This record gives sequence, structure tokens and C-alpha cells, in this order.
Amino acid sequence: MQRRISFVGAAFLLYSSVLLLKEILASGIQVLQLGSWPAPYGITFVADILSGTMVVITGLIGLASVTYSLQTIDRERQAFGYYPVTLLLLFGINGAFLTGDIFNLYVWFEVLLISSFVLLSMGRSRSQIAGTVPYVVMNLLGSMLFLIAVGLLYGNTGSLNFAHLSLKLSDPVLAAVAQPISLLLLGAFGLKAAIFPLFFWLPASYPAPPVAVSALFAGLLTKVGVYALIRTFTLLFPLPLGEPNQLLISISGLTMITGVLGAVAQNEFRRVLSFHIVSQIGYMTMGLALNTRLGIAASFFYIVHHIIVKTNLFFVSGVVQLSGGSFRLQQLGGTYRLSPFLSLLFLVSAFSLAGLPPLSGFWGKFLLAQAGLESGQFPIVVISLVVGLLTTFSMTKIWNEVFWKNAPNSARINPLNRTQQLYLLLPITVLALITVVIGLFTDPFSSIALRAADELIGKQAYVKLVLQNTGGANP
Amino acid sequence: MEAFLALIIGSLFAIGLYLVLQEHLVKLIFGISILSNATNLLIFASGRMTRGTPPLIPQDAANLTTSFANPLPEALILTAIVISFGLLAFLVALTYRTHRDLKSLNPDVITNESENESVL
Repeated sequence: MQRRISFVGAAFLLYSSVLLLKEILASGIQVLQLGSWPAPYGITFVADILSGTMVVITGLIGLASVTYSLQTIDRERQAFGYYPVTLLLLFGINGAFLTGDIFNLYVWFEVLLISSFVLLSMGRSRSQIAGTVPYVVMNLLGSMLFLIAVGLLYGNTGSLNFAHLSLKLSDPVLAAVAQPISLLLLGAFGLKAAIFPLFFWLPASYPAPPVAVSALFAGLLTKVGVYALIRTFTLLFPLPLGEPNQLLISISGLTMITGVLGAVAQNEFRRVLSFHIVSQIGYMTMGLALNTRLGIAASFFYIVHHIIVKTNLFFVSGVVQLSGGSFRLQQLGGTYRLSPFLSLLFLVSAFSLAGLPPLSGFWGKFLLAQAGLESGQFPIVVISLVVGLLTTFSMTKIWNEVFWKNAPNSARINPLNRTQQLYLLLPITVLALITVVIGLFTDPFSSIALRAADELIGKQAYVKLVLQNTGGANP
Repeated sequence: MEAFLALIIGSLFAIGLYLVLQEHLVKLIFGISILSNATNLLIFASGRMTRGTPPLIPQDAANLTTSFANPLPEALILTAIVISFGLLAFLVALTYRTHRDLKSLNPDVITNESENESVL
């Protein structure tokens, strides 16, 4: 019963988010004033293309993860409320993407955090507890940093509404006073996004929970941080367009390098993938840091691509573990012989992650490199390409160890049964197809990305719409 | 008054930070709760200090004319207190489980544990 309801719920989420995105693409930014209090007094929800797309992706990944859970989550976890908590997590993520109020964003962050804590710690194994502790502590400290920034921002500007804040911070004196707050926000969101000096909790905690949970986290949670960074540095504290944010550029470069080097050193499937999340976050912040129309569009495109591909790779690791009995690369092998189809799916996602044409990752990196060259930031472009190469190397390592080499004698191989195949391979296939489709028919997707970037750059329209819209029938 | 409050907030942050940096989970819990209280006071202070003027509109007036205490920070703090209380409760439970299952409350030991175990 729980399972059916949550499946239907996730399906509805996807459906309604697609409707929302269609509406946004057709008629521009949507604004909702909760309780009909006019902005900036009430709580505002705003959906522009960026938010709308993120919500659609959340719905997609949520549905995929719930489908995957149906076969992989044990009865015990189900009895402790695995499915409701998952839906609560999706609820928090969507709230964070849609809200137009910075304190409300804090509240949504807490909603998604507390549900992610529960999902992470639910279970018996020691490694899960050990993985949860750093995650909980770091995120609590991050939230505190965020709350401090919110308090100071309110003290200096007297507002909490994004649009109103943006208007007030366009005053150069106030903006200069509030500049340190932007650093606090960078720290708070950077911690959640796992950028360079603040990423170490991620590889410690993501490999611990069941695969359906890690895949959901890997896809969505860090991206909420990246999303908040994009909002902060386009709406609240924008540099003049075209002037690159040097601090963020160096952070992006370091994030890419440390992430990928960490991944190369790992010998466990999910730890390799976790370090790759870190390195990929660098690409997303790189586009933002370049601060050009193309750069922001590239970031947007990259986020969408990354969520799909990374979730998919985690799903594959789960299937491999189920049939091969381990996450350890040395103990696995012979998966290609066992299941060529799964191997193909892995290959598509892995190459897409590494950025081989014609998959979606190639276009993401291509746009980023183009944006980087246009604004003359050569070092970061070189770094991003080298890191792409290293990503290919580490994906090849997984391919050789897990799929190509013969299974070691110690391995106990139990092939999946039919229902398992259906429930596990269906979401993987769909997500792999999406990355191929984005790769082959890039034009509509990149034009949406450019439109999203236009909206983010032309923030006056956003501000005007939010502050004018007095909230429907009774203002 | 402002200076006094600023001093209090500053020292609370210092104490909290010191406790967070200790190698013990229980001290870390105390540190986090002190830090969150410091944050709450900071939000309170950011709403400006006004004494004895509640934000109430007198019966014969249409709106407030004098300066008044800002009620919004209090609403924010109330929300923040509730949230941090919930999270703290979770952290305490987690610490208990850590102590029971891992027989240690040292963060370094715990982190090593996660690396050893997950490669199983």
C-alpha cells in the first residue's frame, strides 16, 4: 500500500511539474503569493525556467528512485517509513527550488535535511551510522552559517524576499556593506554543494545508505546547493555581466581537480562515483563563475545532464552489487558476460559523464569550454578538459574491473530474476535514453538553457513581476 | 545595551566554536546548541533594539506612528528555535546510536570506521 501510494505520488509530482514547466515556457515566470499577502511581506513562490526545470528533474529522479526502491528496499526500512520520508525529501527539494524568500529557503533546506538524515541513518550497519555523523554535523553547521547570513542580510536591508533584496542591494553603498554576507552565503551553500574545501563529508556519507537513497542524494541534494549559489550570485550579489568571479573560478578549478584525483585513488564503486560528484560540481560553479550568458546557460545545461547521469550510475552500481555481491572493484567482474545490456547502459552513462560525443555530457563541457574561451579564462578551460580526461580514465577503470575482466573465483554471482530486471533496469534504461536524447537533439535543450540564462541575467523582469503581483483576487 | 548584546553573542560564538572543535561528539552537541542560540540572538539583534514600544496600534489610530519593536525577527527566531530543537534531538539520538554501535565518540575514529566498513 505504502509502495503504491508513493509510486503514484511521485508520478503525479512528475506530471504536475511538467505542466508547470510548460506553463513557464509558454507564458513566462509564474508567481504565487501565499496567503495573498503582497510581496515583500508575504511568502512568495516563484517559478522561472531554472526552478521549473529543476522541479521537473526532481520529479523524474524521484519517480526513478521510488521505482528502483520497490525491489531493493527491505521490509524493515519500509516499516520505519522509508517511502513517506522519501516523499518528504522530494517535497523539501521542490520547496527549495520554488521559493522566492530567503528565510523560507532556509526552512525548506531544513525540511530536506531532516528527511535526508533519516534516510541516511535508517538501517543497521555500522558504516551507515559512521557515514551519517559527519553528514549531520557538517550540514548543521552549514545551516547555521546560512541562518547567520539571513539574519545579517535582514539587519542590513530589512527584507527577506529575493526580489526585494535584489532591488535593495542594487544600491551600491548597501551592496558594499552586504558584501561579506555574500561570502557567508558562499560558505553555507558551498558546503551543501560540496565545493573545494568543504566537500569531505560527501564521500564519507554517500556510499553508506542503500543504493536507491545514494542515487537520490547524488542526483539532487548537492544540486540544491548549486541552485542556491546560482540564485545568490545572479539575483542578490551579481557582478557586472561578463566580469568573471575570480574567487569562484579558483574554487571551481580546485573542486574539479581534487574530486577527480580522489576518484582515481578509490577502489570501491560508489566511492569512485561520490568523488566524481565533487569534481562535477566544479563544472557547474565554473559556468556561474564565468558570469556570461553562455556560461550560466552552460551551468544550467550541465546540472540537468549531471543529475540524470549520476543518478543512473549509482543505479547501475546497485544492480552490479545485487548480482555480483559487492561494491569492491577487485571482487567484481564478468558483468559484461552476465548482462551485456546493463554494460551498455553503464557505458552510455559513464561516457556521458566523461563528456564523449554525442552524449549530453559532451555538450555540457563543450558549452562550458566555449564560454570559458570567450571570456578568456584559459587556465580553467584547460583544467576542465584535463579533468574530463581523468574522468574517462576512472570510468575505464570501473569498466575493466567490473564489466570486462573475468569474475574472480571468490565472487558469488546470482543473476537477477524477471521482476528485479523490470524494476531495476527500467529506470536505468529511461535515464540512459534521456542522456542520449539530450545529446542527439541538443538544440531545444540548449535554447531552453539560454532562455533560462537570459531570465537570470535580466533580473529586473523577475523583480518587477514579483513585487507588482499583489496576489490574485484580494490584495 | 547593544554593545553588551554584541559582546554576549560574540563570546557565545567563541564558546560554541571551541566546543565544536573538540574531539568528542557530546561536546560537539553542546557546541552546536550554543552556536544556534548565538545565531538566534544575532537575528534578534539585527532587528534593532527598541524598548517598551510593542508593535500595537492604539484603538483610536489607523496605523503606527511612533517607532516600535520589530516583531519579524522574533517570528524568524521562533521558527529557527523549533527547527534547531528538532535537529538537536536527532543528533542526540544519533550520538547514542554511535556510542552503542561503534563504541566511540571520537569523530576521527568514526570517520575511519566509515572508510573501513564501506569497502566490505
